Amino acid sequence: MIDRRGFLSMASLCWLTPVGRLLADEARRTREPAKSVILLWLGGGPSQLETFDPHPDSRIAAGTRAIDTAVKPIRLAQGFENLAEQMGSVSLIRSMVSKEGDHERGTYLMKTGYRPDPTILHPSIGAICCHELPVGPTDIPRHISILSGQWPGRGGFLGAEHDAFLIDDPSGRLPDMTRAVPEDRDAARLKDLEVVERSFARGRGARVRETLHRESVDRARVMMSSAQVKAFDVSDEPARVRAEYGDTPFGRGCLAARRLIEVGVRCVEVNLEGWDSHVNNHEIHRKLVKQLDPAFAALVSDLKRRGMFERTVILCAGEFGRTPRMNLTGGRDHWPTGFSLALAGGGLRGGVALGETDPEGKKDPASPRTIEDVHATVIAALGLDPGKENVDPITTRPIKLSSGRPIPELL
Amino acid sequence: MGRRDLFLGLVVVAGATLAVMEISRSMWSVKRSDRVDVTSRVVEDSSVRASVKTLDTAIEEGWRRSDVVPSAGASDLAVMRRMSLALTGSIPSLEEIRKFESKSPEVRLAVHRENLLKDRRTADYLAERLARSFVGTEDGPFVLFRRRRFVAWLSDALLANRPYDQLVREMIQSTGLWTDHPATNFVSVTFDPMTERPDPERLAARVSRAFLGIRIDCARCHDHPFQPWKQEDFHGLAAFFGGVRSNLRGIVDGEFQYSPDDARTKKPRTVTPHVPARPELCPSEGMPRERLASWVVDPRNPNLSRVTVNRVWALMYGRPLVDPVDDLPVDAELPPALVAIAQDFTDHNYDLHRLIRVITSARAFGLESTSETEISAGATDPESLWASFPLTRLRPEQIAGSLYQSSTVRTMGPGSPWLMRFISYTQRNDFVRRYGDTGEDEFNLRAGTIPQRLLLMNGDLVGELIREDLFTASSQIATLAPEPRKAVASAYLAVLTRLPSAEESEYFVRKLDGTSDEERKHRLTDLYWTLLNSTEFSWNH
Repeated sequence: MIDRRGFLSMASLCWLTPVGRLLADEARRTREPAKSVILLWLGGGPSQLETFDPHPDSRIAAGTRAIDTAVKPIRLAQGFENLAEQMGSVSLIRSMVSKEGDHERGTYLMKTGYRPDPTILHPSIGAICCHELPVGPTDIPRHISILSGQWPGRGGFLGAEHDAFLIDDPSGRLPDMTRAVPEDRDAARLKDLEVVERSFARGRGARVRETLHRESVDRARVMMSSAQVKAFDVSDEPARVRAEYGDTPFGRGCLAARRLIEVGVRCVEVNLEGWDSHVNNHEIHRKLVKQLDPAFAALVSDLKRRGMFERTVILCAGEFGRTPRMNLTGGRDHWPTGFSLALAGGGLRGGVALGETDPEGKKDPASPRTIEDVHATVIAALGLDPGKENVDPITTRPIKLSSGRPIPELL
Repeated sequence: MGRRDLFLGLVVVAGATLAVMEISRSMWSVKRSDRVDVTSRVVEDSSVRASVKTLDTAIEEGWRRSDVVPSAGASDLAVMRRMSLALTGSIPSLEEIRKFESKSPEVRLAVHRENLLKDRRTADYLAERLARSFVGTEDGPFVLFRRRRFVAWLSDALLANRPYDQLVREMIQSTGLWTDHPATNFVSVTFDPMTERPDPERLAARVSRAFLGIRIDCARCHDHPFQPWKQEDFHGLAAFFGGVRSNLRGIVDGEFQYSPDDARTKKPRTVTPHVPARPELCPSEGMPRERLASWVVDPRNPNLSRVTVNRVWALMYGRPLVDPVDDLPVDAELPPALVAIAQDFTDHNYDLHRLIRVITSARAFGLESTSETEISAGATDPESLWASFPLTRLRPEQIAGSLYQSSTVRTMGPGSPWLMRFISYTQRNDFVRRYGDTGEDEFNLRAGTIPQRLLLMNGDLVGELIREDLFTASSQIATLAPEPRKAVASAYLAVLTRLPSAEESEYFVRKLDGTSDEERKHRLTDLYWTLLNSTEFSWNH
């Protein structure tokens, strides 16, 4: 396997700009690749105009104002006062384009970096992290989805063992972690289970292995006795830190994400659902931004304080954006041509806003970027080669980690 | 203890006493009765037999062509378990198993099937499963949509075995209030607060997926990448709902208005209703929704039967003939078995019970899920050709149903004490959520998960159901089956619907031997826990 440095120097031969080459050199000198990804998932499709790409005073803004940030020319929609202070560490892409305007298909594309294909099931970015990055001394699942919506990250052809482990609001202890009988009886039960399992496996060898039933039992039991389980519970955190993230399920989710990354989890999805604002767009966004802004900003500053920022890629995105034109009920509809997302950490450049959308909402965005390229960028930040291929066991097709190219301006 | 608790306690004690009496009378002696039940005549129905033969021939032809050797036949109890899980959503009760064993081997599966088809549990369970593809899983806009009413209507229709094409027609074209005319919920669930009317595009998507087996809605934004559908086809289908409104009188047909934005010009334009295929079958006269319904259920239009057969097959086998269940390829060849049985379903007046009889009488339904040969990469998987019964993960509600059933000895459902029924509604739903509902229409269930294991190993529900008191099956068995061998066998039957192997029996009997009272109850509770946590319990096989 080619490591990140090898990849960058090799890649620089064929396509990197001089700036990119300089950056590659710098990367070589200064840092280790990232080890984890936190995906802040804005399910339903947030409006770019009410988040990362405001066009104040234009007709399409429909009254949404913008605020200044720590990085001079970059402005965010009102409501992002906390994130604005962290702008030097966060980058925006404002010219995202895709061909998927359906929630399920759009989610699949954003989470896997591939368009849905009926013959293959692609792994999500979290599954790729688990599959490609070293395991380390982690007893708990390394791919976790907090407050998951309908389509959490999946292992795809890499295997269901890489599916995200789903949890609710991390405000207390994980449920069902305590065994009901004393240790000796518990041990006897497990031994008994072997007898029943052996009988069922007869004549069903490969199929029974595919169920991952035994692995799940074993992994569940490792978890039950692991101190790392405490990472799920944010009630240990000082009140000040919890307040910083916001007293909301999403805020607690982001805080839990940081705690989980600390014990070696490779990818955490924290979900904030409800952006599908076909009606009352502004009101819906106001409420959600109130949760997103403090949590996202606190995550950035907290990771920095703990020296984990460079080792963690944060991707904040939904499946698509929303129409520049408001509909008759004050809503915005699905819009995959010219929407925004945010990237931070993992050694990626901060304080950059790439691409530009038409303030009248008519023309296609300038210098469009694809979701494939965003995936390649995240994968490169992890020190992996996006061109590395894994083989789908069913079709035996080799599939690249990402079919895109890393975005040089961010590396 | 409050007065209410005391009352509940008395009800439970009374119920349990009856149960115990009944059990002690019938459960420990297996009587073979050679009396042939009237219902077994169904198997003798030559038309069903002919259909089964057609189906078997189509499947066997697939085996021959790929040189696949089918698995051996499964035991009657294994097939009984599949049938109960498919139809009632739960494993059979010990009571049902005892009755089953008392019938002669030639007829008992057919008798069990006929009993289940008449059983309200079956109607309720199938209605819930089918409703997912008709109206989704969400509760929808409450003022205009009553999911429960809709499911109850569907359940009644299934119990009465009303022809399926009639139900489909009612869903598409009914008018009236969602409370009085529950079929209209199919339309009212799509009510869009933005336009204050049911959404023609969501309706087009539902109709095409649920009744045509095509995902024409993918053509909403762009022409379909793998199918011949154009955006034009999607809009044409949606236009049939261009006049549908909801007001105080419920769902009504009003003035036609449907002008979606054109993909290229981005300008609204009016679209007239038109069907995506076989336009000659669509009547030119009548209300648009009636015309669409007539076209969908026209016996010369094969889509409705095909997608229905695919879905019912998936409900019976845990996996559809063509995956995804609602996306039948238009250009590629369909499995001959699907085509044949779909034609048969049309020819027999869209009779769902008959379709279930045919599908579950097929040779493939009775095969073992074991196979002699290990599957090697590149070779044909016998499961994919139905040469071996597919191993599929049970759905959360099947797990919940089976958990309750295994713990109560007697058959659950409308006939069981109301208290049990009440508990099963409330706790079950929370359990389903925690176990992980798999969404609307998913049959492609992958491997088990860690939270599921935690829930079954340590969860409150399991603890509750196997606790050591008078009312749980584990305790009843402990009390009523003093002989260790019988106790172990009964636990296996109650939880896994089979007898233990010689090795298993010996192992667990040794654990019970010489124990009494508390120790013995502990051991039996442990046995229950072990069986409930096995792969075998959580998977259909």
